[in-house]
Amino acid sequence: MTPLLLAALLVMQDTSAIDRGVRIGIVYRPGVRPGLVMLPRSGGGTGLDSVRAMISRDLDYSDRFEIITLPGGDSIRLASSSTPTRSPSSRRSSSAGTSRAAPANPGALNYPLYQALGADFALDVTRTGDTTLATLHDVAAADVRRTLRAALPPPGSPDYRQAVHRLGDQVVQAALGVTGIGATRVLFVRDGKVYQIDQDGADQKLVSSTNRQAMSPAWAADGRHFAYMEFQAGKGWLFLQDMATGKRIPVSSTGTALDFTPAFSPDQLTMAFSRATEEGTDLYSINVKSNCCLRRLTVGRFSDNLSPTFSPDGQRIAFVSTRPGLPQIYVMAADGTDQQLFAPFDYGVTGSSNAPEWSPDGQSVAFHRDVAGTLQVFVLDVRTRTVRQLTSVGRNEDPTWAPDSRHLAFVSDRSGYRQLWIIDLDTGRIRPLLQQSGARLPAWSPRLSEAPSTTP
Amino acid sequence: MKSVSLLLVLGLSAAVVASSCGGSKAPENPVPNADSAAAAERARQDSIAAAQAEADRLAREEAERVARQREADSLAALSRSAEEVRNMLASMIHFDLDRSNIRSDDMGALDQKVAILQANPDLRIRVGGHCDERGSDEYNLALGNRRAQAAKQYLVSHGIDASRIETQSWGEERPLVDGHDEGAWSQNRRAEFEVTSGGDNLRRPS
Repeated sequence: MTPLLLAALLVMQDTSAIDRGVRIGIVYRPGVRPGLVMLPRSGGGTGLDSVRAMISRDLDYSDRFEIITLPGGDSIRLASSSTPTRSPSSRRSSSAGTSRAAPANPGALNYPLYQALGADFALDVTRTGDTTLATLHDVAAADVRRTLRAALPPPGSPDYRQAVHRLGDQVVQAALGVTGIGATRVLFVRDGKVYQIDQDGADQKLVSSTNRQAMSPAWAADGRHFAYMEFQAGKGWLFLQDMATGKRIPVSSTGTALDFTPAFSPDQLTMAFSRATEEGTDLYSINVKSNCCLRRLTVGRFSDNLSPTFSPDGQRIAFVSTRPGLPQIYVMAADGTDQQLFAPFDYGVTGSSNAPEWSPDGQSVAFHRDVAGTLQVFVLDVRTRTVRQLTSVGRNEDPTWAPDSRHLAFVSDRSGYRQLWIIDLDTGRIRPLLQQSGARLPAWSPRLSEAPSTTP
Repeated sequence: MKSVSLLLVLGLSAAVVASSCGGSKAPENPVPNADSAAAAERARQDSIAAAQAEADRLAREEAERVARQREADSLAALSRSAEEVRNMLASMIHFDLDRSNIRSDDMGALDQKVAILQANPDLRIRVGGHCDERGSDEYNLALGNRRAQAAKQYLVSHGIDASRIETQSWGEERPLVDGHDEGAWSQNRRAEFEVTSGGDNLRRPS
């Protein structure tokens, strides 16, 4: 199949998916996600409805569940407490948990009913005193899987939403053994300033501290610091900023040239970055813990080397190099040795490839590539060194991984203006993160633990 | 004849009587006339003086204006020349898509800058490299750097001391023209030249 025909097919696929509103580009495998029903309750204390709504949305955005919406709300649940009749043919009939569903237990759910609705899990969010309870029912086992307790700060306090997201992540963990991505944020650039926004689109906040033009925010692995580049007096400066205090310090040796695209090593000891000088652009690293030991990693001479990204084991750095004429994705050891092509390309056919980001699980590198004059998001499989194209509608660029290594945030103009979108690689589901134009250069955070200042 | 004389006498008498009858008004009549004549005369004299003064003042002012104009004209000529030189120095050069080589149609403009830099040895400049919005945001910083370096290299290879030329890349962050077509893009793929010092009294290259 010719590349053109392939591209045309992809375009058709993507376009029709958009018409349907949800899925694009990659094959959706239906039927593999467990069903989850959020038990409807009314009231139950201040803000409990918003807690339920937020957790329900987090579970939905995790793309790991089929969220089942109950018609008619409470009526089903209230009508369910009669003697549960269990079909002997139901798939958990052999389990020994019959006593759990005895009518004597008033808290028991009508598990067969939820099972009939397709639910594998049922989640009940209630409150006792100051404690919010998230009770996860295993419908098939007709039992409570786990009861999670959280002392949530009052709604409106700065850590409230993140605390709810952390509770939602625990629910995902309890159900599937993997942690969700609710308690994460995305940094991005708009109008030359750095902003943060929660992964569900709430709490957008300016984090730049000056009016100078900024670019390329990058998270440290602890989620408490980030680095970015700022234009100042004809140079590019790199700054390291504390998320909680907003205080920032210039990175050692910066300010003498055009430094850009900072990237932290996973241990946060090292920052790799690009430096443009008379010789062109090359990669350097510096010890940001002791602010010393500037080291040059590439010597391009007639080519440029830029946009470093560490493998999660810290051993390797993927980067962009123009040594083949056009920018393509290369890889090297973290000390600059063993430089080689990473993402294969056809000389004279494949367009420029840029903006690599190594996935947190180490298995993939996302980047964007020029396809027929516009940019599309690609993913490189690190083991097989094969690439696949994820997007084909509009211009799509600057992908950044969620900590679950299955979601990517990226910039797309598919809605008519450039804004941030999130795609789930497993299902192909895509959603806008922002409704504002001009957002770019996103950087998805690691999982964010509780802020130190709010821990008693 | 007698009758005529009599009539004349009567008439005069009548005139005298009539005059007498006029009472106090009679002596006043010539007085205003004399006054207004004098006033008119004074006014005439005054206006002549004023006209003279005005003429003198206008002449003086005209002389001053001409003098000022002459001075301004020569200053304008000077600054026009400096302005012209500055414009020649600031004229941008442009690049092809994703390229940083100097185009042949820009070499004349760069040669002009070489001559200006040679005629003004204290002049120092900064070259800023810019890109259009089509490339990758971060790659464009490297490309803009290449463009600025290419322009600097041209000047240096034509005899200008490298220490007089700073370079800077703005990537695609400072478009000259808003717009999303080739018309805008081709104008945004450019190098700009600005004076950093020694640009006050630019001399024309000889």
